[in-house]
Amino acid sequence: MNMIKEPLIPVVAEITDVRIDTPDIKTFRVVTPDGKKAFDHMPGQCAMLSIPGVGEAMFSITSSPTNTEYMEFSIKKCGCVTDWLHQAEVGQQITIRGPYGKPFPVDDAFVGKNLLFVAGGVGLAPLRSVINYCRHYRERYGTIDIVYGSRSKDDLLQYKEIIEEWSTDEGVNVHLTIDREQEGWDGHVGFVPNYVKELGFDTDKTAVLCGPPIMIKFTLDGLQALGFKKTQVYTTLELKMKCAIGKCGRCNVGSKYVCKDGPVFRFDELDELPSEY
Amino acid sequence: MFKCSIDSINSIFEKLASNATLYLPADKDGRAEYTKWENGTEWSDALNTVKSPKDFFFPQVQDLMKFKVSGKSISVDDIRKESEDFIVFGVRACDVRSFDILDRVFLVEPYDSYYASSREHGVIISVACTRPTETCFCKTFGIDCTNPGGDISVWKTEDSLYWQANTEKGEKLLSSLGLEECDESAVEAQKESTKKILDKLPLANLTTDGFGGGKTKELFDRPEWKSLSESCLGCGTCTFVCPTCQCYDVKDFNTGNEIIRFRCWDSCMYSDFTKMAHGNNRISQVERFRQRFMHKLVYYPENNDGIFGCVGCGRCLAKCPISMNIAKVMRTMGGNEE
Amino acid sequence: MQKITRNALIEKAASLLENGSVCAVLGWRKGEFDYDVTPSVFTTTEDLNAEFVWNDFCGANFSKYLIQKTRKAEGKLLVFLKPCDTYSFNQLLTEHRFDREKVYVVGIPCEGMADINKVREAVGDGISEIECGEKIAVSTIYSDEKILIDPKDVLAERCINCKSKKHVAFDELLGEDGDVIENARFDEVAKLEAMTPDERFAFWQNELSRCIRCNACRDVCPACTCEKCVFDNPKSGVENKAPANEFEEKMFHIIRAFHVAGRCTDCGECSRVCPQHIPLHLLNRKFIKDINEFYGDYQAGAEVGSRAPLVNYTEGDLEPSEAFERRGE
Repeated sequence: MNMIKEPLIPVVAEITDVRIDTPDIKTFRVVTPDGKKAFDHMPGQCAMLSIPGVGEAMFSITSSPTNTEYMEFSIKKCGCVTDWLHQAEVGQQITIRGPYGKPFPVDDAFVGKNLLFVAGGVGLAPLRSVINYCRHYRERYGTIDIVYGSRSKDDLLQYKEIIEEWSTDEGVNVHLTIDREQEGWDGHVGFVPNYVKELGFDTDKTAVLCGPPIMIKFTLDGLQALGFKKTQVYTTLELKMKCAIGKCGRCNVGSKYVCKDGPVFRFDELDELPSEY
Repeated sequence: MFKCSIDSINSIFEKLASNATLYLPADKDGRAEYTKWENGTEWSDALNTVKSPKDFFFPQVQDLMKFKVSGKSISVDDIRKESEDFIVFGVRACDVRSFDILDRVFLVEPYDSYYASSREHGVIISVACTRPTETCFCKTFGIDCTNPGGDISVWKTEDSLYWQANTEKGEKLLSSLGLEECDESAVEAQKESTKKILDKLPLANLTTDGFGGGKTKELFDRPEWKSLSESCLGCGTCTFVCPTCQCYDVKDFNTGNEIIRFRCWDSCMYSDFTKMAHGNNRISQVERFRQRFMHKLVYYPENNDGIFGCVGCGRCLAKCPISMNIAKVMRTMGGNEE
Repeated sequence: MQKITRNALIEKAASLLENGSVCAVLGWRKGEFDYDVTPSVFTTTEDLNAEFVWNDFCGANFSKYLIQKTRKAEGKLLVFLKPCDTYSFNQLLTEHRFDREKVYVVGIPCEGMADINKVREAVGDGISEIECGEKIAVSTIYSDEKILIDPKDVLAERCINCKSKKHVAFDELLGEDGDVIENARFDEVAKLEAMTPDERFAFWQNELSRCIRCNACRDVCPACTCEKCVFDNPKSGVENKAPANEFEEKMFHIIRAFHVAGRCTDCGECSRVCPQHIPLHLLNRKFIKDINEFYGDYQAGAEVGSRAPLVNYTEGDLEPSEAFERRGE
């Protein structure tokens, strides 16, 4: 058969490690059956994972492109595919295809900038890729501030990495917060948008937001109150996707297809779209 | 231009069918549908088929791949086969345009190999319209139903068929038919008489004014969407008879010993079209209704050099259970030439 | 032609709107042509005068719309119901699908509705104008001559077999009420029953092979009022937008026919809206005929609150074996 490569046909991959991050989020390490990384990607890009007979769904790749050995996905249990993945064990095969979407502009717009990452809950998953990329190429960027919040201490994703690696990096400031007081937590308590306002960042930063819609809305409001312009704030969208290649029509919003024109958007770009994302 | 007598049509169909599968509109149970030609199959006089010919390139259900699962292991079986050569005869100008519209979705990077293969192996023989009906409005989208395009165009008069190749593929096929050469006078006369009917069509004055790329902001929040969609049933009739609707779903079917991943047509009118595990960004029918028309009249042209995603074939006008359709939407939101 | 005039309907609606008895009117709105009317809500006399339609093409049954429209309405909603529509209305009330207090029913007599497809066949397409009177006068774009059609020749199938000119629910009647009619609606079913199982299978195979799973039959059906249909629910395991194989294609229609059995009033909307002209009403009628034969005559929707035989156990009920024995007859 002499046919062109079919983007809808995935390759087989194997889960080589499952880490329990929070009560409802697990991080899966995935490689091809011969132990290699399935494909290269850039921070912010996604992959379609599937379990034949269960379904296929889009997930952001949480590992950094600088990791040449494997890919990682932090996945919250919330639907058919994710429920199934959460009961999967090491050695389980799945299928994977990608990478999909437009990445964060780590090699152009971000270069030389002070960076501010704001994440809520599982929203850290896509940001971890770009944070670790920027930490890897530390000299290309200015200061890095990370504001991350979750419901409780137990719901903070990648807590060990944040404490042991990110917090100890020079020029990287980590600001953690949880929604309500909790025993054994002596850090900040309060919602992410309020914490961002309290911290009162200078407007010399390029910001990246990811989290629940309500967090994004109020954080953006807060940043704008601090003097940030929409042209310096980025986010990443999540919509229903089936093909991941801009054809099936699910993630169409205005003239954009989130799977290929996104998922990364700058807020001034989002203003051009109808408000149904 | 070449010519043959209408009496010889069956021998021509026979020739066409000798090297490729030939499909043409034939009447079945009182309706015209594309049918595989076999000796004795009669070409329908109907203006158009109930279902559009998009099925040939983008079938309603299409198997994509198979999986075998054993224990923790999975194998992926690429079941794609190169499409066989086929000819679709009798395609109207509106439906010919629909292939261009679908091409701009499926034949842009990354190519859809299933669609690409059938497109490559299919030859389109169009037939000019002589009796457009009241639901027709192809002219609104700049389509000339007297000059239908495709690989070969055919004009049918009382006693003859006139043939003209438009592409290399078409030329090759047409030259194999051994028809006699002729001038275009008979065809020109027929075009003139069809154009007189076109001018009398009730939708002849429907225009695309007010629609097109860049109109999102202007149209999206218009209050008329609510009244237009108030009795929409949320069924998929308009979508499934539409020659240009191309949204699809991907599903798995477990046969018991293997899993078939197939795709099938889907409709933005359906309540679960954008539903995902943690929410739905179009929860009401007015939002879903708006999406279908905004996509055809604004988003598609914005991404495709101003070409609209509707061809004016009129199928949705004839089939919508509540008689709501794109023509009414266009009339209400603009599109009137006084 | 319809005995009651458009003006009489508008007058009634306008007076009830103006004196505040109702806040809105559910009626048929003018389309692009003379036959493509759309169910719609009217709130002003001006709107009624401009766009309200009542003619031989007002087939749509409004009963199901009441579920959604009464939820939003701030006052009473006036609905015009033809005799057959009132059966669906009662059935929905029996199933507690909407608040009766929020509806004001104006019963209107119906002389039968025309099937536009039959009109098309009669005149050969290109309809530019239709005037409904004693005769249906059709002008086409191809000639200057008007073609006159006897309304009887283009009656919709469900109207040929009209089961009742009697309104079984109304707050007010316009014109005269009629009677329940002797009809031949089970003749087609009897023809199917007379077939051998193979012939019958081939018949349905042929009809259902045209199904495009657009769901119009289900979405228009006044008996299909589940908030979430099992076929739309990914968690049901049978959710599907297209048949994965020939079996599934039939399964959808058979399951649907079973689900509405005993509740289907035989309003015929399913067959009216099917873009592929599948005679879906025959599936439902088969169930109605069987129920009549097994349990005694029962008409769903004839009265509010009646217990359908299928949900009402009596000692004399048919044993499953008796139904089973009929197989292959």
